[in-house]
Amino acid sequence: MFEQIYNHFNDIVAALLFVIGFSNLLFQKNLIKKIIGLNIMDVAIYLLLASQGFIRGRIAPILTDGSESAVTYINPIPSGLVLTGIVVSVSVTALMLSMTIRLYRKYRTLDLDEILMKIRQEREEED
Amino acid sequence: MDFIMNFPFFSIMICMLAALSSFMLGRKAAAIVAKGAIFITLVLSVVLTGWLHVRGESFVYMMGHFPAPWGNEIRAGELEGVMAIFTCIVALLSLTAGKTSIRTAVDKSKQNLFYLITCLMEASLLALIYTNDIFTGYVFIEINTIAGCGLIMIKNNGRAIASAVRYMVVSLVGSGLFLIGTTLLYSITGHLLMENINSSVAEIHASGNYSVTITIITALMTVGLSIKSGLFPFHLWIPDAYAVSIVPSSAMLSGMVSKGYIFLLIKLIYRVIGFDVFRSTGVFDLIFVAGIAAMIMGSVAAIRSGYLRRMTAYSSVSQIGYIFMGIGIANEAGAVAAIFHIITHGLTKSLLFMSAASFTGKKEDIKISDLKGLGHKHPVSAATFSAAALSIVGFPLFAGFIAKMLLANASFTEGWRMYGAICAIAVSTILNVVYFFRCIINLYAYGGFDGKEDETAVVATEEPQFAPTRYEKTIHGISVVLLALINLYIGFAPKLLTSILTKGLNVFD
Repeated sequence: MFEQIYNHFNDIVAALLFVIGFSNLLFQKNLIKKIIGLNIMDVAIYLLLASQGFIRGRIAPILTDGSESAVTYINPIPSGLVLTGIVVSVSVTALMLSMTIRLYRKYRTLDLDEILMKIRQEREEED
Repeated sequence: MDFIMNFPFFSIMICMLAALSSFMLGRKAAAIVAKGAIFITLVLSVVLTGWLHVRGESFVYMMGHFPAPWGNEIRAGELEGVMAIFTCIVALLSLTAGKTSIRTAVDKSKQNLFYLITCLMEASLLALIYTNDIFTGYVFIEINTIAGCGLIMIKNNGRAIASAVRYMVVSLVGSGLFLIGTTLLYSITGHLLMENINSSVAEIHASGNYSVTITIITALMTVGLSIKSGLFPFHLWIPDAYAVSIVPSSAMLSGMVSKGYIFLLIKLIYRVIGFDVFRSTGVFDLIFVAGIAAMIMGSVAAIRSGYLRRMTAYSSVSQIGYIFMGIGIANEAGAVAAIFHIITHGLTKSLLFMSAASFTGKKEDIKISDLKGLGHKHPVSAATFSAAALSIVGFPLFAGFIAKMLLANASFTEGWRMYGAICAIAVSTILNVVYFFRCIINLYAYGGFDGKEDETAVVATEEPQFAPTRYEKTIHGISVVLLALINLYIGFAPKLLTSILTKGLNVFD
C-alpha cells in the first residue's frame, strides 16, 4: 500500500492538482481565478507527463562522462513534450488575460455571472 | 518519391505563411493573400485527391529525415483529401460572402488580422486532417482553439468577448482531457505515431493487461474531443458563439472548426486505438446515446428560440448529434455516413449563415417574426436559405437527404441501435421541419415588407456605409448560389463522394 503510494507519488499529486484546477476553471466566477485554475490544471498535466519519462536513479540525457548506453539516462521525449505544452499554455493564458482586461474595461467587474447579466440587460434594451 | 507527395505539407505551409504575412499587410492586400493561399490549397487538394483516387492507396510522408518510430509524419489518403477540399471550399466562400460583414463590423485597422486568423485556422485544420502524430494533433487542436476564439472576438464588443471567454473555458477543459489521454497512451505504448500506437495497443489488448487504462484513455479522449465539437451536454457555448460573431466567422465555426475535431475522433477510432479495441471499451454506446440526445434537444432548443441566427446555431447542435450518432452506430457504413454528414452539414450550415446575413443586415440577429416578406426583397438569399433549410430537413434531391438515408441504412444491421437511430432521425426530422418551415413561410409571406418599405429606405440612406455595395452583393450572390449548387450536386450524384469515402476509410487502418 505505502510502497504503491510512494512509487506513484507524482501521479497522485498530478491527479489531485488536476481536480483542483479543473473545478476552479469551471466553477469560479472570478475570471482571474478561472485563469489560475486553468494554469493549475495545465501544470498537473505536465507533471504527469514529465514523470512518465523519469526513471529513478538515472540522469538527464546530456553526455557528460562519456556514457553512451541508454540505461544511464531518463527518457527525454516527455520532457520535450512538456516544453511544447508549456508554450501552448503560455499563449492560451495570455489570450485569456487579454480578454479579461477588455471585459473589465467594458463592464468594470471580473465576475463572469455579473458580466453575462449585464449583457442580457443590454440585449433586452436593444429589443 | 513523387513530387505530388509534398502537396499536404505545401498546403499547410502555404496557409501558415499567408497567416504570418497578413500581419504585415494592409487589409486589401491581406484579403488577396488569404483568398489566394486558400485557393492554391484548394487546387493542390483537388489534384492530390484525384491522384490518390486513381492510385487507390494512401501514403505516409516523413517530416524531417527521421524514420518511423522517432520522426514526425503526415499521412494522406482520399479521406483526408476530400476533407481538405471541403474545408477550403467553406473557408473561401465564407470569406467572399462575408465581405460586407468584415468591412462593417470589424475595425478598419484590424481587418488584416481577421484574414490572419482565417489562414491560421485553415492551416491548423489541414494539419489536424493530415497529421499522423498524436501529439502534433494536440498542438494543432490548441492552435485551432485559439484561432476559433479569435474568430469570435474579432467583433470586439462586450458580448463577443464574453462568448469567446465561455468558448475558451469549455474548450480548454476539452483539450486538457485530450492531453491526459495522450499522456496515458504514451505511458502504456511508448509511441506517438498513430500506426505504432495502434499496433502496441492491439498487442496490449490481446495480452489482457491494462484493459481499464485503455477504457479510461478512450473515454478521456472521446469526451475531450466531443466537448470541443459541442456535443449535447457540452453545447452551451455554441449558440452564443455562433450568433454573436460576424457572418464569415459563424459560417466557418459551424462549418469547419467543430468538424476538424470530429475527424480527429474518427482517426482516433480507426487509426490510433483500433476499431475492435475501441468497440470493446463500450465508448461507442456513450457516443450513440449522446448523439441521439443532441439530435432531439438541439432541435427543441431551436424551436424555442425566436431569433434566426440563434436558431440556426441550435440546429448545429442537433446536426452534430447526427454525426456522433453515425459514429456511434459502430460499423464502417456508420462512419462513412458520419463523414458524409460532416461534409453536407458543413456546406449547408455555412450556407444558412451566409444567406441569413442578407436578412439581418447590420443588426446582430433578427426575430423570426420580423422575417415577414424579406424573401421578396432578397430573392437570391431567400432561395438559397430555403434550399439549405430543405437540405437540413432531409428533402430528397438535396445532400441532407442522402446523409440521413446513409445513416438510417448503416443502422440496419446493428440490433437495438437500429430502433434508436431510426426513431431519433424521424423525430428530429419533424422537429427540423417545424423550425425551418416557420422561417421559409415567413420569408415568402406577404404583408410585413410592403408597409415598411419607406422606413427601411430612409434607414439605408442614413447609414450608407452599412449597406452592401453592388460588388459585394454580386459576390455574395455568386458564393451562396455556388454553395447551393454544390449541395444539389451532392444530392443528385452522391455515388462519387460515397465511393471515395468508403475507399478512403478502407485504407484508413
